[in-house]
Amino acid sequence: MKQPLLPRIAFTVFVGLVLTYLILPLLIIVPMSFSGTRFLTFPPPSFSLRWYAEYFGNPAWMQATRVSLTIAALTVVVATPLGVAAAYAISNGKSRLMRSLHMVLMLPLIVPIIIIAIGIFFVYAKVGLIATLPGLVLANVMLGLPYVITSVVAGLQSFDPTQEMVARSLGMNRFRAFLSVTLPQIKASVFAGGIFAFISAIDETIIALFVSGGQYQTLTRRMFTALRDEIDPTIASISTLLTAASFVLVMLATNAQKRPD
Amino acid sequence: MSAIDPSLRYQRREQGLMLLLASPAVLVIVALVVLPVGWLMGQSFYDGGFTLEHYRRIFTEEIYWRSFLLTFRIALLVTMLTLLLGYPVAYAAAHARRPWNVLILAFVILPFWTSVLVRAYAWLVLLQRTGVTNQVLDRLGLITEPLALVHNELGTVIATVHILLPFMVLPLYSTMQKIPRELMLAGASLGGGPLHSFLRIFLPLSLPGVVAGMTLVFVLCLGFYITPELLGGGRTIMISMVVSRNVELYNQWGAASAVGVVLLVCVLAIFMAVGRIIPLDKMLGQK
Repeated sequence: MKQPLLPRIAFTVFVGLVLTYLILPLLIIVPMSFSGTRFLTFPPPSFSLRWYAEYFGNPAWMQATRVSLTIAALTVVVATPLGVAAAYAISNGKSRLMRSLHMVLMLPLIVPIIIIAIGIFFVYAKVGLIATLPGLVLANVMLGLPYVITSVVAGLQSFDPTQEMVARSLGMNRFRAFLSVTLPQIKASVFAGGIFAFISAIDETIIALFVSGGQYQTLTRRMFTALRDEIDPTIASISTLLTAASFVLVMLATNAQKRPD
Repeated sequence: MSAIDPSLRYQRREQGLMLLLASPAVLVIVALVVLPVGWLMGQSFYDGGFTLEHYRRIFTEEIYWRSFLLTFRIALLVTMLTLLLGYPVAYAAAHARRPWNVLILAFVILPFWTSVLVRAYAWLVLLQRTGVTNQVLDRLGLITEPLALVHNELGTVIATVHILLPFMVLPLYSTMQKIPRELMLAGASLGGGPLHSFLRIFLPLSLPGVVAGMTLVFVLCLGFYITPELLGGGRTIMISMVVSRNVELYNQWGAASAVGVVLLVCVLAIFMAVGRIIPLDKMLGQK
């Protein structure tokens, strides 16, 4: 359809401006992270790697990074199998009960995180899980489950369950039939779900503010404190690295989802 | 039907197995969401005995109801702004040719998966008194005094719209993509101008996406914590911050719980009302 030229130009400019607004904050941190000064001058008067050196040379930042990576890795290891099992049950069980359980499993996306955070804070204080690795992993498993389940349920929708039936009718037990027939065909969505759970665990901040601490202080908690107190340019280098990492991970996940299973 | 009907027995066993498979995940959610939230509900009515005092305070003490008013006002503003900015972007993504549509979606999805903290930092760099925006405006001679763009409500809204815009664009895009192009062509062939066809055909068909996007943005904004805390300058106290302060600073579990419960009831009521029109899992499946 041919439309008048002027509105089309105005439309394109408007969309261009909104896209700039979306991407600008992500781009601005890169030059800032290579700045030679601690002031937020833009463009930076000189370039250096000092804020990267500051990050990699600081034992406290390194410890927090190790804690966050450990939590995220363990979260994926726990949340992926639990999520796949639940997604399989949701796709196969058509009962009312299963539909309600599906809703229950989506609760972490519905309930405001601050409410979950203070609730967990209280429960953990009672059972001694504050500032412990299991406590932090468990909280992130809870947050990651909806991502794994949503991704795998979508994957199972495009899978023909009669294939698994065939394998079973040929004498395989159900678990083996799932592992050798179903799983290979939904592995891309399982992989994507795992990556989303990983990113969610790395980025999680609010619960960590309440229940992480001591030697188990997460990277995001340290960043939050650093941002609230004073703007430390080290944050720019960490932010650049974090953004680059999530960029690569999201690419991996979307490529996996796009590739035909 | 008799109890030994084999197909019924098979169905029962099948259902039992599915429940068993779902149970570990359900257990995690129950232990970390359902029980703690249930306990908070109990606390909100408790102060040495049953009481409605915590709820009464929400309505009578200024810091509480002001915070609720502020939060709903910001959520409404942010919802309108994201719709205004997001609708054209989603339209462009649904209609542009390759590779432009992929590029537009990448610009929307990339910030989506970037840490909220990283983005809060970026906005501080861009908006503060000595920040990039003020430097550029100053060099262009457009301002003599630096503008107060952050550590206030304005900064909070700028960053919040940025964070929530993808939640508007993605449901809009997935709805618009399903609208057959032929309908617009048919409208044109029947003599409707582009604007007329858009208003009478495209806009009504895109409404489910509008409703889903607005609901998500509004509800998520009600629970925002990190952005107002870092960019609000201590003056933009949203509900989540009231909850957190009551726990962290004053150890007032009753007050924190009551505020949290009211927030939760608002969120659930909105989801349930909209859930009658649009299935909830469709709305939540965006991320």
